[in-house]
Amino acid sequence: MTEQTTQKPQADKPASAPKKDTTALVRATLARRYAAEKRFRIYGIVAIAASLSFLAVLLVSIFIKGWPAFTHTFVKLNVTLDADTLDIGPNPSSAELRAANFASVIKKSMREKFPDVKKRKEKKALYSLISTGGEYQLHDMIKADPSLVGKTIDVWLPADDELAAVIKSGADLSKPENIVTRMNEQQLGFAKILKEAGDTKTGFNKTFFTAGDSREPEQAGIRAALVGSALTLLVTFLLSFPIAVAAAIYLEEFAPQNRWTDLVEVNINNLAAVPSIVFGLLGLAVFINYFHLPRSAPIVGGIVLSLMTLPTIIIASRAALKAVPPSIREAGRGLGASDQQVVWHHVLPLAMPGILTGTIIGLAQALGETAPLLMIGMVAFIVDIPGGFTDAATVLPVQVFLWADSPERGFVEKTSAAIMVLLAFLILMNAVAVLLRKKFERRW
Amino acid sequence: MAFSTALITLGVSTQAIARDNISIVGSSTVYPFATVVAERFGKVTDFKTPKIEATGSGGGLKLFCGGIGVDTPDITNSSRRIKASEFEMCQANGVTDIIEVLIGYDGIAVANSVDAKQFEMTLQDLYLALAAEVPNPDGSDSLVENPYKTWADINSDLPAKRIEVMGPPPTSGTRDAFVELAMEGGCSTFDFISAMEKSDKDNFKRVCHTMREDGAYVEAGENDNLIVQKLEANPDALGIFGFSFLEQNSDIVQSSIIDGFEADFDSIADGDYVISRPLYFYVKAQHVGTVPGIKEYLAEFVREGTWGEDGYLADKGMIPLDEELRDEVGDAVLNLQALESIE
Repeated sequence: MTEQTTQKPQADKPASAPKKDTTALVRATLARRYAAEKRFRIYGIVAIAASLSFLAVLLVSIFIKGWPAFTHTFVKLNVTLDADTLDIGPNPSSAELRAANFASVIKKSMREKFPDVKKRKEKKALYSLISTGGEYQLHDMIKADPSLVGKTIDVWLPADDELAAVIKSGADLSKPENIVTRMNEQQLGFAKILKEAGDTKTGFNKTFFTAGDSREPEQAGIRAALVGSALTLLVTFLLSFPIAVAAAIYLEEFAPQNRWTDLVEVNINNLAAVPSIVFGLLGLAVFINYFHLPRSAPIVGGIVLSLMTLPTIIIASRAALKAVPPSIREAGRGLGASDQQVVWHHVLPLAMPGILTGTIIGLAQALGETAPLLMIGMVAFIVDIPGGFTDAATVLPVQVFLWADSPERGFVEKTSAAIMVLLAFLILMNAVAVLLRKKFERRW
Repeated sequence: MAFSTALITLGVSTQAIARDNISIVGSSTVYPFATVVAERFGKVTDFKTPKIEATGSGGGLKLFCGGIGVDTPDITNSSRRIKASEFEMCQANGVTDIIEVLIGYDGIAVANSVDAKQFEMTLQDLYLALAAEVPNPDGSDSLVENPYKTWADINSDLPAKRIEVMGPPPTSGTRDAFVELAMEGGCSTFDFISAMEKSDKDNFKRVCHTMREDGAYVEAGENDNLIVQKLEANPDALGIFGFSFLEQNSDIVQSSIIDGFEADFDSIADGDYVISRPLYFYVKAQHVGTVPGIKEYLAEFVREGTWGEDGYLADKGMIPLDEELRDEVGDAVLNLQALESIE
């Protein structure tokens, strides 16, 4: 009632006013309206430019910081792998070889390289130039070829992160006062000698892609987190995709419209808005404490994350199913197809691009999630590459968090590099979705 | 329903799965040291690398005392000693044989940029600069809201610069330790407050433990690296963070001299630098034999090359115990000697 009364005078006014005045009025305000239109577009462009520049600043700073992590500096040493220094007998067992004293072999060769170094403190400064990873490298070499014992060979061993940072930065070692580093003047002197003799080289950092986490920046790798993320997402996908699609098909195609289905629908929408940490608590209480699934395992992580992604996929799938024109269903039924055949043969293939988009959005969210994983123990120091769904594992965003929190400065570049790997993973996932969508997409 | 079916289809039984790696939880202060040992242990032995979660000391002990069995952790790290209440909880849940390992000390540094003058102050100065309420500057035994704006207001030897200290938020273990060691230490230098400790303990705690909230103390987040970066950018500010971050950034920040000593290796080991705390870990002796490698992990930890004065933990910034104590603790640990009670 009130609406009608307020509308009346408005409707009367233009009708009673002379026509000429309206045109004049429009002419008079035309310039202003054009300007407003133009401004409106400019606002849009400014908004896009602002968000793009934020993104650019973020990406550029990550790339600049992270780039050095993909290369590493190596130092050439002439090592003598004699059994006495290594403290191993003939035909050493695997355990004996692991416990062998590779450190002293490296130290000895460094002393030979710098025979003037005599004082204890100087020696310590010298030894710290080579990463402890060098010992593991020698171990792996001897394990692969036991005949190396007793021989003297030239090897390229990984440099310590501080030395690597200085060499990689290309700093002028003849002016040590200009270099910001924790290395002391003496160590910089060693570095200069090594560099000038051509005993340092910078190459691709394979370790970053083959190793798990480490407390030494130069030995830390992304592999364990990458595999952990992949395993976790696989579980998430395998669980959430079929369940979500089945739920969406039933709700959209078969469910009667009544209070119960309304309730289910409201709850699904609510579930999508629940903070993710709550799912973590649920995972801890149900899957770990009740079902006794192992802590820190991708299987539990995957289940918890699929709880989180389910509503996203259900909502997107329902929207995609709704967008399939009813005429397709009617035509199918008209030709004698059963409801099930209509869904499988016609509706689902047509809705698939939309469903896949929803799935990828859900999985991308899951990929970046850390909060629920905290509760189920996946925020952990993992060195061994997980080999299955029940092995202890961590995921990429957690690795970023752990490295960002480490005191060693070498982890700054690792953090940015890990973000780059995470972004690459995400882009890869999106690319697969785009490809699948292109393949299934049909227009009518 | 859907999930239980899914679990079965994935072939996971609801029984606990045997574990072949050691599971460690606990303090984020001990985490950087425990991880180094674990990594080394994984590389030089045939055992799997232990898995370490940083859950905080309290959270770790809660998980640790949750019971016996492979789905509970084997070891928990702690930046304080186990409390009697926690020990009782452990006992009640069947965790009766606990081995206590004191591994070393951690210092908390109060530092500023190397571009600025090094601070030299007493614990009392630090307390007066950072507490919400301080004794009345007129000398009477009453408390007033903190009136000090610049360091020179507190002690004329200090620079006439605005008090600006960046430190961890209350959720951090470093903050707990700082409040207990530095703030309480500073406020106990006032006789009437230290008398309060006996007569009115709650009030004593409130007075000594409450940091000011007028902008002089800035909560800079849990990430100590961030504080170091902010100090580099702002030479007028002081920062509070763990000693290992001071070690790793010695070219950017310098420790302040507190009560005559700056935070360095020797002063913390000798107990001269007062803002330091002991680091522990606790082992479930009942899991030795069930979970492979626990004994060997302990052996690796208490080896001279690990926790000794030239060990690799010292390189990471942990302050070792003195030799006598190392021998004593090491022997007890290798004999799997369990804690009998907590006084």
